[in-house]
Parts: sequence; structure tokens; C-alpha cells
Amino acid sequence: MKGFNWSTLTARYPSLFALILLVLAIIINFALQPNLFERDTLNSNMRVFLPIMLLAVGQAIVILGGGIDISVGSIVSIVNTILATQVGLNGSPEAMWQYVLVSLLAGIAAGALNGFFVAHLRLQPIITTYATSFLYGGLALWILPNPGGGIPAVVAELYRSTTPLGVPLAFYIIALVLALWWYLRATRYGNFLFAVGGRAQAAYETAVPVTWVQFSTYVISGLMAACSGIAITMLSGSGNAEIGTAMTLNSITAVVIGGTAMSGGIGGVAGPIMGAVTLGLIQNIISFAHINTWWETLVKAAIIVIALATPGFINLFRRRA
Amino acid sequence: MKPLSISPPVAALLLAAILFLLSGLLPNGYGSNVNVAMAQATNILRLSVFLAVIAAGQTLVIISGSEGIDLSAGAVVTLTAILTYVTVNGADEMVLPALLISLAVGAVIGLLNGAGITFLNISPFVMTLGMSGVVTGAIIIINHGNVSGKVAPIMTRLIARPIAPELPIPSALVIWLIFGVLMWLLLERTSFGKNLFAMGVNRVTARLSGVNVTAMNLATYALAGALAGFGGFLVVGNTGVVFINLGQPFLFPSIAAVAVGGTLLSGGKGSYWGTMAGAIVLTLITSLLTTMQMPDSVRRMVLGATLLILISIYGRQKALRQ
Repeated sequence: MKGFNWSTLTARYPSLFALILLVLAIIINFALQPNLFERDTLNSNMRVFLPIMLLAVGQAIVILGGGIDISVGSIVSIVNTILATQVGLNGSPEAMWQYVLVSLLAGIAAGALNGFFVAHLRLQPIITTYATSFLYGGLALWILPNPGGGIPAVVAELYRSTTPLGVPLAFYIIALVLALWWYLRATRYGNFLFAVGGRAQAAYETAVPVTWVQFSTYVISGLMAACSGIAITMLSGSGNAEIGTAMTLNSITAVVIGGTAMSGGIGGVAGPIMGAVTLGLIQNIISFAHINTWWETLVKAAIIVIALATPGFINLFRRRA
Repeated sequence: MKPLSISPPVAALLLAAILFLLSGLLPNGYGSNVNVAMAQATNILRLSVFLAVIAAGQTLVIISGSEGIDLSAGAVVTLTAILTYVTVNGADEMVLPALLISLAVGAVIGLLNGAGITFLNISPFVMTLGMSGVVTGAIIIINHGNVSGKVAPIMTRLIARPIAPELPIPSALVIWLIFGVLMWLLLERTSFGKNLFAMGVNRVTARLSGVNVTAMNLATYALAGALAGFGGFLVVGNTGVVFINLGQPFLFPSIAAVAVGGTLLSGGKGSYWGTMAGAIVLTLITSLLTTMQMPDSVRRMVLGATLLILISIYGRQKALRQ
């Protein structure tokens, strides 16, 4: 077939494969759960997926810029513990919004510290953010040693069941994030980001402010992690210093399923968002398919590995053909 | 005049020595009792053996470059520990078969990693992360809540106890020393080692100079898996019990040990001596923090800060301006 070539197609549209996966996951999920598209089901799914989607967006931007951020989960935990201890179950909504602002600043500060070490001191991203993940995780545990605390029910309800015009709140947030990303990508900053992720040395030699671009990706990631922390706190309504621990690897998996290359410079943010939804749907499918609990972890991991290996297999057979 | 330069392994060891000496001043440190100090030092060395062996495979894949990393090491450690536990079941004569099974299972998992990375073009980070999930899933099924087994007396004697009652040197240290020499021979005195470094510096030039990069990559990941398998064998010999989360706590410390030992995470440069020193430093810091009886939160923060300081000293990459 002329004009159709899988490898050029995936190179041009990195999120194409993510879209195929997403559609597949939706179809299977729909077959198992026919009321998937009803407003309440959709909303209860999307509000659970949103924290990982937001986290994946920040992770995607760092990875696009040629780095990786292992500390995002710990930043989520910090935000969760700040809100749960400072606002409290009987707090006022006003106090909540104040501390939401504090949380966003905390996320930016944590991201800036990562960025300083990676971009300015030129330390290796994976080990640096691993170290700061201990720093932030310890801080979260210091703020809230035992699970507890919470946020006012009114505020939590606002996140859980707001559906303006019958569309779940999460869709509005994702639309906003995507609009911001598409704007950002069209600016000079967007070009710089892809240039730095592609080949930092070449970017530097063509007068791209590499250090600042790298620094900024970590700040964005910190900010997105804070947003994710706010979302998950409003979802759970309570505090737990370990709440973000498992989210880091999920955010990276979402980015990769979303077609954004780990080596940087290729991909976008829409793919990782789809990847995050796909991950959530896989979890749904597993629980609806009544798979034996013992097998759950293996099935989930196998699906992810197969999903990751498929583009490689297709390319392998195309090359042979 | 040449600026004073200390190689990373030496720097890490110096740091370990200084930290250990300072730890004597702590309220519940060893104080002025030389015997207690010696006992503590040997115990810390003994504990670092396990991390260092698991980090050996990590060292190889990291030196091989192209973002090489093995995130499945933790899961492999758990799996082979469980397999050893079940196979040995308290019988001395089953120790050797168990060791071979551990090595083989680790090597097969590593080979699968290598195949995915080489033939399917999956990035090592993601491939090994996915494999870690699959292995963990397999462990949950095998384990099914609990397994019955037992380590053999000979394993406990060779791994967890001193050489002889009158000679208080842990046997594990002897194993480690032999292991270290073998690793050094592998990296510095074989064509495998030479090719590994060549591949880590630049895959294209390595291929053009006649290195079979595909085979090397497969071999490196398989070997790394086998070494993690060996790590699992040793770990269960020390703990004497198995649980689902046995190996995972070794995973990121194994990468950190490699980095602290001065091996470049981008590949092409490094040594196993460095990793050994890194493992000692990390084990020392963790056990000091435990002795200091600080809350878990403070412990984590101190560990994070120490790691940051360590890598700031010599983990920096080349400046953009050259």
C-alpha cells in the first residue's frame, strides 16, 4: 500500500497509537459496562482518572524536554498533607481556596528545586528527582505522620459531582490544559522545548536557552503535580502521606503509552492524557471482568507490556515485509 | 598545576569512613568502645554485600549506555528469593540446584528485557518497568498468600554467619570479595568488558568497529538479570524468610549506589569498585539513620539530602559550553 506506512505515520502522529489503544479500551469497557456513557458513570470514572491525567501532563513535558521526574508522586503527597492538616474536615471553603494557592506555590517550589539541580547544577535527572522524592516524601510524612485530617465535605462534593451542562468537570479541566498546551506549543517556548529534548547540545549551539527551558519543565511538572494533588485530595476528602507514592510510575507509564518517547523531543501532551485514561480503563476492565484477584497484577502488567510492544512488533514485521 | 582530584570510589569510601567515625559521637553510638565499633563496621559491610551484588547487574546495563537501566531487578530479587526458598526447603543438597535456578530464571527475564529493548525498540526504562510489573504479578500468583519452604543451614552459615566463631569476619564478605574480583576481571580483562564500554560511549562507532551490538545488548541484560537472581539467592540466605516486597526496596538504592560510585548514568564510564563503595555508603547512611532513632519522615529527608549532596559533588554532567 502506497501512502500508508506505519512507521512514518507513528512518527508524524505520536499519539495515534495511544488513540487506537484508548478506543479499544473504551469498546471493551463499554461491552462490560453498558452504562459507561451515562453521566454519573462517566463522571465517577473521570474524577478518578483526572489526578493521573494531570500528573502525566507534567511528566510528559519534562520527558519532552529530555528529563524525567521521579518526585511527582511525593509532591502530590505534600499537597495532600498540607490541605488535609491545614484546612481540616471542619474548615471553611475560604480556607480551602487559600491553601489551594499555598499548595500550588509548594508544587512550584518543589519543581524549582528539581529544576535547579538538574538544569543549573547539571545533575542526572533520574537520580536527582529520586533523591528529592525522598526529601518531599519525608516532608509529607513529617506534616502528617498518620493518615487522617481532611477537607470540608462541601468542597469535596464540588469536585465529585459538578457536571456543568451535563458534562463532568474533568472534561473542562482537560480541555483547559489541552488549550494551554496547544497555545504553548505554538509559541517560541514550544519550539525551544522540542529542540532541547531532541538534542540539548545542538539547541545550545543555536542559542536556545537550554538551562532555562530544562528548569521550566520541572517547574511546570511541580505545578501539575500540585494540581493533581489538589484533585486527589478533593476526590478522597482525606489525608495520607503515602497517597502519591504509587502515582509516579503510573504517570510515566501513561506518558509512554501516550506515544511520548522517553528519549525526549518526540510526542505531546494529548497522548499522555489518553494514556492515563487507558490505564484507568484497563483497571476498570480488570475489575469488571471478574478476574481472580491473584491474577490482577499480572494481567494488568501484561496488557501494558503488550501495548508497549505492539508498535515495535508492527515495525519489525513491516521491515521484514 | 593539576587540581586535586579524587576518584569517585575513593571519595565515597572516605565519606563512609568519616560518617562512621562521626557516628561514634552520637548519643547511642559506639562511643569509645573499639570492639563495638568493629562489630558495627563489619555488620554494615555485611549488609552492603546484598545491595552491592544486586547493583552489579545495574552497573553493567548502565555502562552499556543508551539510557540503559534495569528496573526489574527488585522484582527479580523477590522472585528468585522465593524460588530458592521453595527449592531448598531446608535441604543442604538442594542449595546448588536452587542457585542455578535463580541464575537461570534471572537470565531468562533479563534476556526478555534485552529482546524487547533491542528488537522492539522499547526504551530500557519502560521495558524493564513493564517487566517488573509482570514479574511482580507472577510472584503474587506463585506466592498465593504464603509459600512453604526453608533456607538450608549451609546457606545461613555461608551468608549470614561469620567464617568461624573465633574469626568474626562475615562469610558474605568473602563471597563479595571473590565476586568483586570476578566483576573487575569481566569489566577490565575480557573482550566483553571492552565491548561494553565501547558500546556505552557510542553505539554507532562500536558497531562500525566490529562490536556485535545486538548480541552484546542481549548478553548484558541477560547477565544483569542473572546477577539480580544471584542477589535474590543471597538475600534469602540472609533474611531466612520471604515476602512479596523483599526485593523492591533494593531497586532504587541499586541505581543510587551505581551513581554514587561514579559510574555515569549516561553510560560508557564506570567501575564495579565504585558501585561497591556506593553500596557501602548507602547502607551506612541508612543504618546510621536507623540507629539515630529518628522518625521515618526525618530519616527520609536526611537520606534524600545526603544523596543530593553526594551526586552534586561528582555526579555532574558535562557543561553545555565547551
